Amino acid sequence: MSDPMDFLLWTKGPAFEWAIAIFALGLLARLLEIFVIGRRPNYAEPRAGEWGPGMRTVFTRSIADPGTFKSAPFNVVVGWIWHVGFLIVLLLFIPHLELIKSLLGFAWPGLPNPVVDLVTAVTLVALVATLVHRLTHPVKKRISTVEDYVVWGITFLVVLSGYLAYHRVINPYPLALGLHILSAEIFLILLPFTKLTHIFTTVIARWYNGASFGRRGVAS
Amino acid sequence: MTKANKTLGESLREHGVSRRGFLKFCAATASMMALPPSMVPAIAAALEKARRPSVIWLSFQECTGCTESLTRSHSPTVEDLILDVISLDYHHTLQAASGDAAEAAREQAMKENHGSYLLIVDGSLPGPDSNPGYSTIAGISNYDLLMEAVEGAAAVVAVGTCAAFGGLPAANPNPTGAVSVMDLVKDKPVINVSGCPPVPMVITGVLAHYLTFGKLPELDQYHRPKAFFGQSIHDRCYRRPFYDKGLFAESFDDEGAKAGWCLYRLGCKGPSTYNACATMRWNSGTSWPVESGHPCLGCSEPRFWDAGSFYAPLSVPTGANGGTILAAGVTGAIVGGAVAALARKQVKAERADRQPVTVDELEQKL
Repeated sequence: MSDPMDFLLWTKGPAFEWAIAIFALGLLARLLEIFVIGRRPNYAEPRAGEWGPGMRTVFTRSIADPGTFKSAPFNVVVGWIWHVGFLIVLLLFIPHLELIKSLLGFAWPGLPNPVVDLVTAVTLVALVATLVHRLTHPVKKRISTVEDYVVWGITFLVVLSGYLAYHRVINPYPLALGLHILSAEIFLILLPFTKLTHIFTTVIARWYNGASFGRRGVAS
Repeated sequence: MTKANKTLGESLREHGVSRRGFLKFCAATASMMALPPSMVPAIAAALEKARRPSVIWLSFQECTGCTESLTRSHSPTVEDLILDVISLDYHHTLQAASGDAAEAAREQAMKENHGSYLLIVDGSLPGPDSNPGYSTIAGISNYDLLMEAVEGAAAVVAVGTCAAFGGLPAANPNPTGAVSVMDLVKDKPVINVSGCPPVPMVITGVLAHYLTFGKLPELDQYHRPKAFFGQSIHDRCYRRPFYDKGLFAESFDDEGAKAGWCLYRLGCKGPSTYNACATMRWNSGTSWPVESGHPCLGCSEPRFWDAGSFYAPLSVPTGANGGTILAAGVTGAIVGGAVAALARKQVKAERADRQPVTVDELEQKL
């Protein structure tokens, strides 16, 4: 990697191959572990079905209940803003869709670049706000671990490097694009082994909660 | 006065170039090189007095496309004449002499202008560790010929991507062990004029700069003149507004292509390519690849042959494919499955050991 173009080709070639392989291996190992182990058998007689309440909870938990919102409005609002922003940027930016198409063989329509650009800027501001909040909130500060900061760091880096590459702030461009791809690859590698796994396990966990409530006959 | 001793101004007048035409060229050169207009008289004065430098042009592992680009430029133009008035003492394709006479001309020019001639190279060459027989001229290996010529050169201009970065001959698997001029020449100034082929005006512009200032222009990290390679194709592309609006052609004959929308999704490498095509254009400023509806291949960048498909968008990785992901996924499934199977075994064992107790039994015990 003696020059920017070498660096870019490395990130698009061998580095991507390693990152996607570690991601696929790690994620499948973890998901399969979760599914196959299952839960300890519950011998109590079920009072109601599991599937309905389970599926319902997958969606209803997306909206915070009034109590949670009242006690932590910042978490709910800013959390929503940057999560939605991140997903829009990841899944609706045309160059990302071309990447998805090359891997999966299909893609979906994207958004115009200026829209994605605006969403990216909002996401970045919201992400900075979450860090400030974490560093200043007495309870959050105390319960934050190194992993929390590493995960915030890599998430922020992916979005920031993409924003800088799009606006061609870093020169030459192969270096800017290479940095963005590399940070996305680090994100992919960390994903199965940190709390970033929630991208895939949130749905499972919510279903389990709902199903468990349903089985016991309480509101899910 | 012999031809070689004439100043550029005298030669141009002899060729019927008017003062007005000459100054126009000087102004174009100044703007091309991003110099202030106040520099135009200085350029004109310097060029007027410039002696025709001896130029030796060596062609190695190349396709002659660079020479074609230069010579097939519209004619007659001031640029052509500038070249004409350079004392081009050795050039395989263009010189009349052949065989021993040609080599003698080269040797004579090198001897007479030792320390002051400009060496232009097009094509890559087998490195010092490669079989020298892959490419020879008059029985001399490319490597020996280059090193001998470099010794007395004032500067070396590597014309074309092959000479600048290795180009096609150096593409994977690089059967001839091809290297660039920059890889071999360390003790002389090397200027890279990359492109496959380079824009003719860029070649003549670099020569004009050398004649004017007696030194090479400001270079980027790839030793390319910043005046021509300082901005990317994407930044100067007339289709850029479509990129900014998110309007893309998705195939070569769809409505977007007909409307002249951005070619990013068809594999345009404009964002990562630094060259002057978008501003200078080709064929007397008639058009350039993107204007004719074809994405930029990124031909002025190192390793453009090995950077994945010309028609794959810039964001598409060259490495992984479905097979890699599948293999990794299967391995992950096996690992996860094994861990889970162990845990499940434990759960089953616990279930087997389960001793249910009814309420009646409990009451009896108490």
